[in-house]
Amino acid sequence: MKRWLPSPWLSLGIFFGWLLLNNSLSPGQMLLGLAVAIVIPLLMAPLRPTPGPLRHWRKLTILILRVGRDVLRSAFDVACGVARTGTRPPRGAFVVVPLELRDTHALAALAMITTVVPGTVWSELAPDRSALMLHVFDLDDEAAFIAHFKNDYERPLKEIFE
Amino acid sequence: MMPPLGELVVAALLLGSGIVVLLAATGLWRLRDFFSRMHAPALASTLAAWIVTLASIVHFSTRSGGLSLHVWLIIIVLSITAPITTIVLARAALFRRRQAGDELPAPLGDGC
Repeated sequence: MKRWLPSPWLSLGIFFGWLLLNNSLSPGQMLLGLAVAIVIPLLMAPLRPTPGPLRHWRKLTILILRVGRDVLRSAFDVACGVARTGTRPPRGAFVVVPLELRDTHALAALAMITTVVPGTVWSELAPDRSALMLHVFDLDDEAAFIAHFKNDYERPLKEIFE
Repeated sequence: MMPPLGELVVAALLLGSGIVVLLAATGLWRLRDFFSRMHAPALASTLAAWIVTLASIVHFSTRSGGLSLHVWLIIIVLSITAPITTIVLARAALFRRRQAGDELPAPLGDGC
């Protein structure tokens, strides 16, 4: 089992990704998808330094939904901010967030979240991963932003990946 | 043949997405500094892309009958790959502006 399926979740993802890509549930595509799902992780295994443990599926789903909601909210804020630049320029600022997250997979996920949310841009990660610098589009309250970031993104990621 | 209601929904979604992209473009033009400008195109690659994807799903699903979800892969791949270019751009801008001596937060840790 371990030998032929080194990362079962990756295989599952590739299998469904394949079916989605071909937009079909025919037996032929399923067979092809199965082959791809077995071969790709075997080829990828030497490239992955550490296997990423994934736990708490419920928390992962909640996190994805929350990020989706935050993206919509933040996109709306940025759109309003852009429309009102003339009268009230956005208060763009750099924020340094102390990080407790160390796992590379979790940090990659955090980078995805900060980039996908339009209001934040990942700017710098301390070499020892102890702090993260973000650029925020319209910063109202720095402490509140840091608390939101740590509670809503960092804590669930820590629980999921570490 | 598509039902007229479906066509209406698709047209409204595409129009909405167009408005969002237009706002993103004006943001690029009107915002003052580089880092603020980085936020505007993110609108196009998230919200606008999501709305177009939704329009595409509605269009192909109502036309062919079955649920047609494959365009959904676009936003997944977009979300996975966008951080690469965004982070490289932000890092390059920080590096250049620090070299130029602009007023920016000090590098975290031992200057990396």
